[in-house]
Amino acid sequence: MSALLEVEGLTAGYDGVPVLHEVDLRVPAGTICAVLGANGAGKTTLLRALSGLVRPSAGRVVFDGVPMGDVPTERLVRRGVGHVPEGRGVIEELSVEENLMLGGAWRLGWSGLFGSGRAGLRRDLDEVYQLFPPLRARRRHPGHQLSGGERQMLALGRALVGRPRLLLLDEPSLGLAPRVIAQTMALLRRLRDETGLTVLLVEQNVRSALSIADSGVVMSLGRVVATDDASRLAADADLRHAYLGF
Amino acid sequence: MDRFLFLTVDGLSHGAVYAAFALALVIIWRGTRIVNFAQGVLAVATSYLAYTVSGRSGSYWLGFAAALVAGLVLGAIVERLVMRRVENAPPLNAVIVALGLVLVAQGVLGMIYGNQYLPFPAPFSRSAMTVGGVPLLSHFDLFVLGTVLLLMLVLAVLFTRSATGLRMRAAAFAPPVARLLGVRVGRMLTLGWALAALVGALAGMLVIPTGLGLHPTAMDTVFVSAFTAAVVGGLDSPVGAVVGGLLVGLVLSYVAGYLGAGTTPLAVLGLLVVVLLARPAGLFSGAQARRV
Repeated sequence: MSALLEVEGLTAGYDGVPVLHEVDLRVPAGTICAVLGANGAGKTTLLRALSGLVRPSAGRVVFDGVPMGDVPTERLVRRGVGHVPEGRGVIEELSVEENLMLGGAWRLGWSGLFGSGRAGLRRDLDEVYQLFPPLRARRRHPGHQLSGGERQMLALGRALVGRPRLLLLDEPSLGLAPRVIAQTMALLRRLRDETGLTVLLVEQNVRSALSIADSGVVMSLGRVVATDDASRLAADADLRHAYLGF
Repeated sequence: MDRFLFLTVDGLSHGAVYAAFALALVIIWRGTRIVNFAQGVLAVATSYLAYTVSGRSGSYWLGFAAALVAGLVLGAIVERLVMRRVENAPPLNAVIVALGLVLVAQGVLGMIYGNQYLPFPAPFSRSAMTVGGVPLLSHFDLFVLGTVLLLMLVLAVLFTRSATGLRMRAAAFAPPVARLLGVRVGRMLTLGWALAALVGALAGMLVIPTGLGLHPTAMDTVFVSAFTAAVVGGLDSPVGAVVGGLLVGLVLSYVAGYLGAGTTPLAVLGLLVVVLLARPAGLFSGAQARRV
């Protein structure tokens, strides 16, 4: 199986202090890969390095066969990479609908919302509203009025409007009720099965993540300490005790 | 009563220009959290260009158009070459750089055009038309009010109905998230400065004919009034800038009309102090969205 995302020897950090050390990762197209580990393991930094928000000091990132080394963050969404950042990144001052439109705004030109791209964007927004009906009811509300669950829907919906092939998700379960977490995970599984979406899923909620993931990597102190099928990781009691705390 | 009406109309006409100028300050503040203290001198520079172009070509409107285009270009250049270096620095750096720009630009303009007041004509009559025996507003006042109204409509549509406006707002509110969504944040900031300088240039063309004439410091007092207007409105709010501008225009007009022109600087300061005491975040800050 060819990998959509290949990471080799990725080293990155802040102000010259490395946080990630020679991370290797392969995510085949149409699969979900869970990135697990305790606080401070470097999971968020890994996603930020993949998005170019942190510049790697060494290593290679290849997406769909193309090296991504010098591709600026602004260009990634055009290549098919969506990133839902830590804390979800809902823009508080913009309405729900404006947040969603922004997700697809890269396909529009200057005038955009008047012009030819508008009909296509409208359809994408309708699809998101079908996926998350509460968002339709809230479409005129500013982002800062949303609940945690609604923010999650908005962040995920906004990323989907961008039509990604690879979705980088940073702790989608954080602060959500168990029922909402289950719904989110079920949705990710459905998107993978029905649309072939590839997901790199950073999670502290190990059980939920492994329940839908195909593969997983366990990180500790900026290094990958285990890579395996999700089912085998879930069954490895020693690993769970040592790094995942259950 | 006639006098009150006249002062009200005059105040609204001046206030409209303050509103436009305040709006330019707000556009830049929202994008970069910088108060552009150089905005007055930029507007003076574009007005000098209009003076030259109009003088050479004999066409007022050619000079008018030149000023607007020059504003757009000058704003972009100032952001790219000068302000970009201090955008992520402590706020005081940007203030110092902007004030430095004021000194340099005023000096250079003085060297080129001389430090005397140059005549700067209005395109329409400035003598008030009488309505029912009461002198009310001039053709120029109508031009000013109409132009500012049109400007506000265009800006409102741009910011709330176009993809570019959406990108500009996203870049202003949440730069890293905007980048992840494909917005070129740096380009949006440049565009914001260009747009603000264009609005400033327009305000200069509308207000300089009502003063002593064209001079390197011709916009200094206008800047103070517009800055007050922007702060009164909350600095973050375009609607606040417009309301603040009209409010400042009215207050200054009443004070000058009833108490004498010498007291207007004090009135501006008084208004600023009263608003900041009563509502430190400005009249239109609303429920401040939490920044997380």
